[in-house]
Amino acid sequence: MAAIYSLYVINKSGGLIFYKDYGSKGRMDTNDSLRVASLWHSMHAISQQLSPTTGCTGIELLEADTFDLHCFQSLTGTKFFVVCEPGTQNMEDLLKAVYELYTDYVLKNPFYEMEMPIRCELFDINLTRAIQKDRVALLGR
Amino acid sequence: MIGAGKIKQYSNILEKPLNKGKQEVSLSAFAFLFSELVQYNQTQVDNIAELERRLEDAGYAVGARVLELLCHRDKGNRRETRLLGILSFVHSTVWKVLFGKVADSLEKGTEHEDEYMISEKDLLVNKFISVPKDMGTFNCGAFVAGIVRGVLDGAGFPAVVTAHFVPMEGLQRPRTTILIKFAEEVLQREARLG
Repeated sequence: MAAIYSLYVINKSGGLIFYKDYGSKGRMDTNDSLRVASLWHSMHAISQQLSPTTGCTGIELLEADTFDLHCFQSLTGTKFFVVCEPGTQNMEDLLKAVYELYTDYVLKNPFYEMEMPIRCELFDINLTRAIQKDRVALLGR
Repeated sequence: MIGAGKIKQYSNILEKPLNKGKQEVSLSAFAFLFSELVQYNQTQVDNIAELERRLEDAGYAVGARVLELLCHRDKGNRRETRLLGILSFVHSTVWKVLFGKVADSLEKGTEHEDEYMISEKDLLVNKFISVPKDMGTFNCGAFVAGIVRGVLDGAGFPAVVTAHFVPMEGLQRPRTTILIKFAEEVLQREARLG
């Protein structure tokens, strides 16, 4: 059964600006989530250097025994990544949907300062709705 | 044939007809522009009341122009003299031109004679805006309140117009109400007209 464990958004300098966890597994406190975010940022950057071919855009998928990590990087360097159960489908679409919600409800909000933690009610509401819809669609299959 | 299919050239720009213009504007473009307007005003003021006033003043300028344009385009230069007439003009025509739909509802206030309310479940200018908790009851709908005030003032119905959030059961987000409080002279004139 496909399930999302947590969702992270990090800004172009690697700071965590949004963290949400779903489900009882993989729950982390603030400090740990900040550490994971900066760790991932560094790994993503290093992977771009390690690539034997030019034009590598960084890690998109990390598969482990107990989880999968899908990452989407926007053209501006903002990274959206989700930790989920192994074998979950359609995570790229979900990340693109989250990116769209970000551009709508965070970037068009006059009270949001760039690169700061996201505290936008509308973003939270619509994100929950998107995740729910995703969950329902997966259950229905 | 030379000249076939050529657009008719007007010798004088004043003779060109006021066309309808492009019916659609990008919502994202407007949202970004409005967001910048709010941010710019935030840097210039010290408190929230001042920010609301500035947004209202910006809207006032829009309202005055919208009234002129709509009177010419849609109403054939006829002037509204009755209260209900101008209110339904704002509620339907102005809303349709600005936001693409008529306002959700128009109500008369129960407590005071001079109060009317136009309600909207999801005001277009507030579509992407989440007001932080520390700003209290600030509503970017103050811009729309300013537009309404501009229209009413230009039409000869001076009023005080404000925007409020009204929480509704069953709705996750409160709906926005534009409260219109007409000046004394408007009510007296209305009573005189019968």
